Amino acid sequence: MTALEGQVALITGAARGQGRSHAVRLAGLGADIVALDLCAQIDSVPYGMSTPDDLEETARQVRHLGRRVVAAQADVRDANGLAKVVAEALGRLGRLDIVIANAGIAPVATTADPQQVWQDVIDVNLTGVWNTVRACAEPIIAGGRGGAIVITSSTAGLKGAYYGDVGVVAYSAAKHGLVGLMRGFARDFARHSIRVNTIHPTAVNTPMVVNESWGKFLQAAPEAMAAGNALPVEMLEPSDISDAVAFLVTDSGRWVTGVTLPIDAGFTML
Amino acid sequence: MGKLDGKVAFISGAARGQGRSHALRLAEEGANVISIDACAKIASIPYEMPGLEDLEQTAAGVRAFGRECMTRQVDVRDEEGVIAAVADGVRRFGRLDVVLANAGVAPCSTDHDAWAEVIDINLTGVFNTVEAVIPHMVAAGNGGAIVITSSTAGINGVGGATRGGLAYTASKHGVVGLMRSYANILSRHSIRVNSIHPTGVRTPMVMNDAMAAFLEQFPEMQDQVSGNALPVDVIEPSDISSAVLWLVSDEGRYVTGITLPVDAGFSNKR
Repeated sequence: MTALEGQVALITGAARGQGRSHAVRLAGLGADIVALDLCAQIDSVPYGMSTPDDLEETARQVRHLGRRVVAAQADVRDANGLAKVVAEALGRLGRLDIVIANAGIAPVATTADPQQVWQDVIDVNLTGVWNTVRACAEPIIAGGRGGAIVITSSTAGLKGAYYGDVGVVAYSAAKHGLVGLMRGFARDFARHSIRVNTIHPTAVNTPMVVNESWGKFLQAAPEAMAAGNALPVEMLEPSDISDAVAFLVTDSGRWVTGVTLPIDAGFTML
Repeated sequence: MGKLDGKVAFISGAARGQGRSHALRLAEEGANVISIDACAKIASIPYEMPGLEDLEQTAAGVRAFGRECMTRQVDVRDEEGVIAAVADGVRRFGRLDVVLANAGVAPCSTDHDAWAEVIDINLTGVFNTVEAVIPHMVAAGNGGAIVITSSTAGINGVGGATRGGLAYTASKHGVVGLMRSYANILSRHSIRVNSIHPTGVRTPMVMNDAMAAFLEQFPEMQDQVSGNALPVDVIEPSDISSAVLWLVSDEGRYVTGITLPVDAGFSNKR
């Protein structure tokens, strides 16, 4: 009997990076998986976004662990589309217990129109999470078994950052906004035994961070480069974040709710 | 294969309650344990303190998992005693990896001496404990994890207007300052330091006649000391041990300098 046997977890941004790591970890703990991702480029984003092949690879890894998977292309900015995909997934997997609202973009050092960058970041990173939780809350409540929602914020959700880069400040604003969303949802959903928490990773080794535009940004803003971790590590691995997610969504976190959980090698305390 | 095979843990307040639960959980994961407890009556504490037989029962529980346990009757206010217990433990087991500064008292008392006794035990006792372990952990050079048991009263102004209650809240806030400083100071040695903030836990410190009588006398306190968001009145010591295990094992290897509530949404409601 594994920790999440019989449960269903929905993960946005599941095609690669942290999302894939979470999908595979939760499948390893026994959950069936709904893996959602845009799998398309957004014009203002200067690094390559995920592809349908990436999402299929996540699905393959989940199936390899013997769990069922519903993988679908879905845009978290599209509330109606998201609701439809969630309904379809529920039809196939029967229930929903866990949501990892993980989809996000970080278009730094981009040449795109600043107003568009702001709007895209807020739409995906903040409104996208609102849409995700709205689409998922009702089925979890209806299940009557409680559940766990984890929202992926960032160290930039606890500590301000601008460095003259609209992508950075929009990212920071959206990630701060998620804390407000989480705190509201956590209070409201507690009576249904649904727990809601945010996680705040420092830089993680994923394509969102390890790319050419991130290097350009750090070159342009050496003070951002200097804002390092306290522990002697430059970058965490996606699996480090999945460890925290697993703690939060399994019974080990059954009384943890309304919490902002940094996994940040001491970044925010410096 | 346990998560703490070959590791050694030092736990204060290990005779019963959360401390015992932590000792058993860490032993189950492979750690040998150095257990200390005052095991003696303290003047301003209106509830019964543990006895030596309680500390022995903790040791028996550790041994039942096939691990070794060294016990010492030491009051955390006794600086020399704590230093000696740590040194003896390190001599016996050869190393020290995990430290749980857990010893604490909570007198909802109007007794004049309550202020000084609570500050001495809950705040200076933690200082004594961490100061005693630092030289061994730094010299060994293999990192480690320290967890300080604070409280929801360490991040909220709750606890009431009595000398004992105010001292409890002040001491539990104080250890957050200690935690943050130690986390900064020790990060370059890869020693992580975090605090945990439980809501009411089913232990003799909380479930006793004196606490019940106090709540009857000051009914307005009921809301402050209970009142979780999730539908649960009192959580179990094992729930706190789950959080401790996550923090001290490899799963928390990049978590430092954080205040981790395990509080059923208590703080988020405030």
